[in-house]
Amino acid sequence: MFRHALTHKIFKTLMTLSLVFSVSLVQATSFEELSQELTIVKLSKAKAVVEQLEQTGHPLLLPLFEHMLAGDLYYRVSDGLLVSHSTVKGKLQIRALSTGELLDVTEADLEKIKVNNSLRIFLRSAIARIQLTSEDATERKAAVEALYKKMDSDTVATIASLRETETNASVRGAMDIVLAMDNAKNGSDVDARIASVTFLADSLEPAIRNLMIELADQVEEPRLAIEARVALNGIEGKIRFFNKVDTIFFGLSLGSVLLLASIGLAITFGVMGVINMAHGEMIMLGAYTTYVVQLLMPNYIDASIWVAIPAAFLVSGLMGVIIERGVIQFLHGRPLETLLATFGISLILQQLVRSVFSPLNRQVDTPSWMSGSIELNPVLFVTLNRFYIFIFALVVFALLVLILNKTSLGLHVRAVSQNRNMAKAMGIKTARVDAMTFGLGSGIAGIAGVALSQLTNVGPNLGQGYIIDSFMVVVFGGVGNLFGTLVAAFTLGIANKVLEPITGAVLASILVLIFIILFIQKRPKGLFPQKGRAAE
Amino acid sequence: MKITTLMKGAALAVSASIAVTTWAADTIKVGVLHSLSGTMAISETTLKDTVLMMVEEQNKKGGLLGKQLEAVVVDPASNWPLFAEKGRELLTQENVDVIFGSWTSVSRKSVLPVLEELNGLMFYPVQYEGEESSKNIFYTGAAPNQQAIPAVDYLMNDIEVERWVLAGTDYVYPRTTNKILEAYLKSKGVAEEDIMINYTPFGHSDWQSIIADIKKFGSEGKKTAVVSTINGDANVPFYKELGNQGISAEDIPVVAFSVGEEELSGFDTTPLVGHLAAWNYFQSVESSANAEFIAKWKAFAGEERVTNDPMEATYIGFELWVDAVEKAGTTDVDAVSDAIIGLSVPNLTGGTATMGKNHHLTKPVLIGEIQDDGQFEVVWETEGEVAGDAWSDFLPDSAPLIADWTAPIKCGNYNTITKTCSGQNY
Repeated sequence: MFRHALTHKIFKTLMTLSLVFSVSLVQATSFEELSQELTIVKLSKAKAVVEQLEQTGHPLLLPLFEHMLAGDLYYRVSDGLLVSHSTVKGKLQIRALSTGELLDVTEADLEKIKVNNSLRIFLRSAIARIQLTSEDATERKAAVEALYKKMDSDTVATIASLRETETNASVRGAMDIVLAMDNAKNGSDVDARIASVTFLADSLEPAIRNLMIELADQVEEPRLAIEARVALNGIEGKIRFFNKVDTIFFGLSLGSVLLLASIGLAITFGVMGVINMAHGEMIMLGAYTTYVVQLLMPNYIDASIWVAIPAAFLVSGLMGVIIERGVIQFLHGRPLETLLATFGISLILQQLVRSVFSPLNRQVDTPSWMSGSIELNPVLFVTLNRFYIFIFALVVFALLVLILNKTSLGLHVRAVSQNRNMAKAMGIKTARVDAMTFGLGSGIAGIAGVALSQLTNVGPNLGQGYIIDSFMVVVFGGVGNLFGTLVAAFTLGIANKVLEPITGAVLASILVLIFIILFIQKRPKGLFPQKGRAAE
Repeated sequence: MKITTLMKGAALAVSASIAVTTWAADTIKVGVLHSLSGTMAISETTLKDTVLMMVEEQNKKGGLLGKQLEAVVVDPASNWPLFAEKGRELLTQENVDVIFGSWTSVSRKSVLPVLEELNGLMFYPVQYEGEESSKNIFYTGAAPNQQAIPAVDYLMNDIEVERWVLAGTDYVYPRTTNKILEAYLKSKGVAEEDIMINYTPFGHSDWQSIIADIKKFGSEGKKTAVVSTINGDANVPFYKELGNQGISAEDIPVVAFSVGEEELSGFDTTPLVGHLAAWNYFQSVESSANAEFIAKWKAFAGEERVTNDPMEATYIGFELWVDAVEKAGTTDVDAVSDAIIGLSVPNLTGGTATMGKNHHLTKPVLIGEIQDDGQFEVVWETEGEVAGDAWSDFLPDSAPLIADWTAPIKCGNYNTITKTCSGQNY
């Protein structure tokens, strides 16, 4: 290895020397020579090499640029052979770039070809330029769209000539936008420019909006400026509307997180009346269960969530049953002591996790199907992880309502919570029901932990961040009422997100808290108080 | 015969034990005031280990002034008032000769009055907001002009950024730094509406609407960058959300002042590739001093451990203190404080660090891009070292102030206009 490095150093020096001459004497070099230069050139000078490379128009440019952009282009230290580095089904594959042949080398033999931001920007547009003539229509369309931001006269000319032969309607549409943008900006005939502006007025692309701002501000062509202003007003009106839609979605998403975190508490606190300060730690245990499950199945991250959900339910639920049997049942009817005891349990659980997993945060991977976002239009997008968690929260809520209303366990739980002595007299084993209820509430908290592990840091303090919010939601919604919890969670979520852009994140949460305090003064039993005999 | 040997042996043993006791009493004590539990333990434990490693190294070289060094470690538990108490304990009960410690500015502000009252000596190894120069503290991390200002210059001149998002955690360091940056940007002709300032609480995890705002702010035609003073683990969901909303470093680069190798170790940096950080040291810098330091650190702490900027600052502080004690021939605080000014030691990036009259160091400024292995690739650096400036020139109140601890001024907040030493309390 060391000798390799040494020979390569000599080789590098020789190459650099020869390069100095070759660059100064003969500018044009072949694809092979230029791509070889990538292995020795300094990062700050690499852009010039890549620009020259693009001029060669070599068929291997596309894979070369794509691997470079993805950061998996390497070279063999011994001879400078360019290779690509990819992980297929958890196994590392190293292939020669030129032949695609699988090579039997280890990572130690390879050195990475480094890229920085300015190179990445260039590579992205270079790839788009190459893909303008791709076989695949969606690739062609993506290439045209990628070039909205980086239009120069050459690109426009290329697109104009490609437009003649383009057969796919949607690609043609994208190309028309490019040509209209160019015409609106640089055209000679005012009427044609105005026509282009009207043509573009429906689009929400940021590049078009910026073009309209530019055209509305110019003074040489007043008629054009007026048209552009009209178009701009239309575009901005739409953007404002979509921003409101966005805020609502953010609010629903925050609401679903609050719902997940508090719904378990709605059972233990709301239905059983136990003030469980260790509720946050049940969430934390669920998140750590996700981490452990991922450790056990490192090659199946995409499926790990489906294993983690039942596992987290069992772990947290079991812990809940242990806590209920071990501590809470002896403190029945003494809320203050229950509060202190469960607070102690929460500290014990945190320390336990610290000792077992270390005080550092653990990394939980996001499955590929949960990363990224769906772009509904250029200003409206939905991040997938939040979207799935929103759906998930609703499913969990529906299941819980079903369990409470349709199963015998649910019947017993409701009976015990309404009148313990009468339920006992009817032959219900209240002790067993208590344990099951507490286990159910804790198990749901564990499931919430699985969802939260996708959004936030998994560490010993995870639960503490949610315990206050959870109590707030349950109290606001009305103790003992699941639907109250649902409404309260989404109300608080949306209120928070509407306030946040106006007041900032810190003040928004303060305002929400003040609002709840005032609300509770007015209606101590929350949004949906329980009525009738059940209320006592 | 037998008896004499016995007596000899006894005498030897006695003298040996005397030697041991005098030796034990005659060590130079090095106090370590870093949190080993609580929220800051993640970062500060590493610095405690660094000091222990340096003490061990120094003892292998034969100690200092012919004496062995002895580290005294206390745990202020990320509890700011406890820093003052533990600092007092180190100075009055343990009688330490020097303290290496503190991370957050609030903990430094907490221990500072104790140091001044008892005339202690502390080396503070973390980048901070400036606006302070105490007689008893030496600041071996970066002042704003050694990190924030050059980073903004880089974005402005090399990346041609025109719109700025200053995002930070809501406490003293980000607020002061952003105040300085805002004044600096305005002095460079950036308009009010091209600066967006945002603060979030510690441990913030719901970044969706803030990132959406940044995205909106950045889509108005002008190149936009985020200057992040977001501290601690809130960075993980912040960068995750950036990735999810499809903002890459090419569109809107984020330059961070509190994210280093240690913070990146243990999580997947693929979505962060290309984002920037400004420091005075990166583990990836190639120099023989750095290679040697990394090798020593890995041998001491473990193969998987990384090095970072505050560790380099601790290293420089320790070396400077050792040199100053040797120069002064004593560990007396006043003598060492006088001796250290003007001393230079090699830093780990191939340059030298010189202690200035204002108790700040000269440092090179490096900008690195995050790579997918959690390391940084240097994309820009200052030519030579920049001298630390305790009082920012960009805030009207602190512009006329200087710190100079040499005669005749001997003041940490000397007002050059009124020629008095009471510009401000710290």
